[in-house]
This record gives sequence, C-alpha cells and structure tokens, in this order.
Amino acid sequence: MRFRIKNQEDFWSGLMFINFGVLAIIVARDYPMGAAMRMGPGYFPTYVGALLAGLGAVICVRSLRREGERIVGWAWRPLIMLSVAFLVYGFLMEDRGLGFVPALVALIVLSSLSRREFKPVELTILTVALVAGAVGIFSYGLELPFPLFWWR
Amino acid sequence: MEELALLFPNLTLGFSTAVSPANLFYCFAGVFVGTLIGVLPGIGPLAAIAMLLPLTFNLPPVGALIMLAGIYYGAQYAGSTTAILVKLPRESASVVTCMDGYEMAKKGRAGPALAVAALGSFFAGTVGVVLIALFGPPIAELALKFGSAEYFSLVVMGLIASAVLAHGSLIKALGMILLGLLFGIVGTDVNSGMSRFAFGVTGLTDGISFVVIAMGLFGFAEIVSNLERGGAKRDLLFGRIKHLWPTLDDFRRSWKPAIRGTAIGAFFGTLPGAGPTIAAFSSYALEKKVAKDPSRFGSGAIEGVAGPESANNAAAQCAFIPTLTLGIAGSGTMALMLGALTIQGIAPGLQVMTQRPELFWGLIASMWIGNGMLVLLNLPLIGLWVKLLTVPYRMLFPAIMMFMAIGVYSVNNQSLDIYITLMFGVLGYVFVKLKCEPAPLILAFVLGPLMEENLRRALLISRGDPTVFMTRPISAGFLVATLALLLIMVVPAVRKKRQEALEDQPHDTTA
Repeated sequence: MRFRIKNQEDFWSGLMFINFGVLAIIVARDYPMGAAMRMGPGYFPTYVGALLAGLGAVICVRSLRREGERIVGWAWRPLIMLSVAFLVYGFLMEDRGLGFVPALVALIVLSSLSRREFKPVELTILTVALVAGAVGIFSYGLELPFPLFWWR
Repeated sequence: MEELALLFPNLTLGFSTAVSPANLFYCFAGVFVGTLIGVLPGIGPLAAIAMLLPLTFNLPPVGALIMLAGIYYGAQYAGSTTAILVKLPRESASVVTCMDGYEMAKKGRAGPALAVAALGSFFAGTVGVVLIALFGPPIAELALKFGSAEYFSLVVMGLIASAVLAHGSLIKALGMILLGLLFGIVGTDVNSGMSRFAFGVTGLTDGISFVVIAMGLFGFAEIVSNLERGGAKRDLLFGRIKHLWPTLDDFRRSWKPAIRGTAIGAFFGTLPGAGPTIAAFSSYALEKKVAKDPSRFGSGAIEGVAGPESANNAAAQCAFIPTLTLGIAGSGTMALMLGALTIQGIAPGLQVMTQRPELFWGLIASMWIGNGMLVLLNLPLIGLWVKLLTVPYRMLFPAIMMFMAIGVYSVNNQSLDIYITLMFGVLGYVFVKLKCEPAPLILAFVLGPLMEENLRRALLISRGDPTVFMTRPISAGFLVATLALLLIMVVPAVRKKRQEALEDQPHDTTA
C-alpha cells in the first residue's frame, strides 16, 4: 500500500517538533531530574520536551488524514547567499578579522548577490553610501568600539 | 479618590522628566527613526526595535526607554500609513486598516484617512496614558499579593492566549510555545548553576540573547521570504495627496468609533498575549455591526479606519501595563522593551514603579508626547514617507542586512551571536514554509525562565503538591480562564469565526 502524506506542511512541522522534543529529552538526561518538590535542572526540559514530542506526533498523524497544501518554491539562492553574507561578516568581525569596514563591504556585496540581476554601478554606490553611513553613525556617532580596519 | 490625588504628582513627575530637552530629543528621534524604518518594506515594529536597540546602549536608562517607546509607536503608526497608501500592512495590527483605508485612498481620500488614523491614534494614546496612570498602581499593588503559583498560572494564560490569537493552526502554535520554552532554557540554570543546552559553547552559558532570536526569526527569515516572492511588490496608485484635513462629516462619523475602539484596545492591550491585532479586528467587527449601513464597509468607510486605528494604538499603549507592573511581556515587542531594561541594568517588575518612579512615569508621559509628535510628524511629512515607499527592495534589503548584523553584533561584541542569528534565520524560514507562526515562540522564549522558576518555587512551597495551582483563588482563576480559551476553540462555530478573522492576514507578521 502506498503511503501518502495529505498535508505536507503539517507533516514536516510535526516531525520537526518531535525531533526538537526528543533532542531535549536526550540532552536533559545528563541533568539531575529531582522530584516535583525539589526540581533538578533536568525536570522542566524533560517534561517540555516530552509534551513537544507528543504534540508533534499528534500533528504528524493528523497530517496523514487531513488534506493540506504542498510545500513549494524554496528560495535557495537568497537563503544561501544571505547565509554566506552573515557567516563572512561574523568571521571578519572576529578578533583577528579584517575589521568593520571590510566586513560591511563583504556583507553588502554578498547579500546583493542573492538576486539574479547584478548592477555593478548601483551596487558600488550603494555599498559606499551604506558603509559611510554606518561608520558615521556607529563608529563616530555612537562610539561603538569596532576596529575599522585590520591595522587599528 | 485617593488615586486622583496620587495621579497628578505622579504625572507631574513624569512630565517634568519627559520634557527635559534631552528626553524630548530622544522621543523625537525615536518616533522619527521608527516611522522611517517602519515605512520601509519588510520591517515590522519588532524587527525595527531589535535593529535599533544598539542606538540606545549609551543613553541613560530613561532616555533609552523613551527612545525605544518612540520607535515602537513610530513603527506601529507607519504600518497604518503604508496600509492606507499602498495596501501593505507592515504588521498584522494594520491589516484591518487596509480594508477601508486603501479604498479611501483609491477614491482620492488618502489624506482624510491618514488624518483620522493619526487623530484617532492620538486620542486613544491620550486615554491610554490616563488608564496607565490610573490602573498601573492598583495592578502593581495586586501583583504584590501574587505568589509563585499566581505568576505561573498568569504566564500559562498569556502563552495560551497568544496561541489562540495567532493565525494558522492552533495545535502548531502550541508546539511553537513549547519550542520557545525549550530555547528559553538554554544557559545557566539559576538554581543549580548548571549550564543547560549550551553544547559546550561558552558564549551560550548566558543563554540566547533576545535580539538574536528576534532578528533571526523576524528579520532574516523575512528578507528571504520577501526575495522568494521577488521582492515586496508595491503599487502606488496616486500621485499626490491633495487635501489632508477630514471634512466635518468625517469627524461626525469618526468620533464614536474612535471612543469604542479605544475601549476595546485598552481591554485587549492589558491582557497578556492578546494585543493590537485582535483589538483592531474586534473593533472593525463591532463597527460593522453597529453601523446603520454595513455595506459601506470595505468600500471606504471612514469608521473602518477610525475604530481599528484607535483600538490598535490603545492596545499598543496599554500593553505597557502588564509589562511594567508585572514584568510579564504580553508580546514580542514588549519582551524587547523588557530586554532593553535588563541591558540598562534595571530588573523589570514592581520595583521599577516604586524605586525608579521617574523612569516609570517619565516613560508614561513621554508616550503621550510621542503620540503628539506622531501627529505633528506624520501628517506634514507624509510626502517624504511616500517617497521612501518608492525605494526599490533590491537596494533596501542589503541595508536591512547591514543594520541587523551591526545590531546583533553590538549586543555582546561577539561573532557567535551572528552565527546563532543565522541559525534562527534559517529556522525562521523553515517556519515560514511550514506555516508555523513565530510570535508565540518568541513570547514563550521570554517567559520560559519566569515560568520554570515560579513552577519550581510554587511546588517547593507546596511540598510537591500540584493542586496548589487550583486551591489558590487567583491562580485558579487564571487557569480556568485559560481552559475556557482552549475549550472555546474546540466549539466548531468559534473555530470557523477565528479562521475567518485571522485568515486574511498576511504571513509576514511581526508581532
């Protein structure tokens, strides 16, 4: 018999909840449980995790019976490019990174690449304007202590 | 009339704090920046406040709170502006405004719609300030009687209410609450000093920062799903707004809805977990019901703008009552305000009112001043806001990314927060695809530690007897109300109504 998921959104939501719930229970096994009167650090997470997993199971089962929508159209390109932009920004802002200005430039340029059209002139102007504005507001105006470049 | 006698010295203190030049400036700056950010596509009040939080780090506590409250109102009101002008509600509370506000704009009456929205909001704001001044202290006094059992039950009620009022499936919203509670556990356990769910990462022992989770779920995820739809689409259907001022007939039609809307808004605002959205919807429904000619609604009835706009602002204002007196945030935005208090080194809750009266009343007074500034700022500057709406999204989202990155990093000056934001951003996008509403999650994330702590304490005192939650009357009351909320949802007729009311809301909510 072929097994069909009628409501994809709900099915995957349920599965996600089950996973988080089970993960919580497993991790919380390392923490003392205690009892209701004197709860250990493991008590609350274990019960919340169990409730979540149970709820997830109910959602999953229901999704097999109730008609629902299919999940379509993931925005892979924006998701990946914006993630890369954030990762690079974080990396460049680390203690041994290149500093605030290079990090911002990388962030803006990489973010813009999440769209297919690419307008070099507009992007250059946008980048310069945004970086200048950010340095003005945050470094000089609010005196946030970010090193601007790698040499200072 | 003891309250009245007390009210005036309190408000006097408040106004004397709020009208200092520095605080007036912070208020103005907050309202201005809030409106500016709020008009831009893809940023709701929550993300706006989270993004602009670092602007307030170096300010004194009073100034910081005043500015954040200004940003909140500015962004909230900007939502109405875009709802009327381009049928793009920035936040779910102004969805209702679209229905008749946009129709008015189509008929060339955008000016009066905007003016009535602003004036209605101002009126509601004024009433809201008086209500806070009147009922804040008594509620705070009542809260003194609250033990851990009461706090626990109140949190449960707030969380369940937020799930019931979220759109989409109720059962998934409940799941999101539990997930939020789990995220709230990350960090050092106050009772045992044990580090939980930190996975050996030192940066996580203090827990996940609220800004991080809000930026990921509401900022990052929002941009990705906007880009999925090929950027936020807007159609400006008119050139210039000619006359701004409403006619006498408009005023005649609007004042009653504004008063009714204010009352509804005040009620829902005070209730934790409810808030502006449900207030606006209820007000619209009520106006339609009491109208002589309900068929006008949906084709440019000014009552349909005046009522919901007043309701939504009154609720936004009164949401400060539970936040400031009980230390219980009723919404994600209020949770951010609490977070800002904590960053300033002030423990939220009762002590704020008694030990820092200038902070509490200064904030209240500045809310009113901020509301006034909104009227003065929005109406003359409407042309500027319209211009901003024409900025293409391809230039906006890199700027939003930049502000988010700077904002997140500046909270703890660590790159780890950027990576965690990214994780929540990806998770947030998955939530969008699975139609899981993030608003209840974020509320649970904030209230989770409070909930666990009070659960522990209540059961410790009762020697492990769980009936303590039902034998204490106030606590039992909260739980009965919670149960009623859930039971109502099971009634098929109500379920259908809820679906109708919440269905036409867009999914880019920013609670």
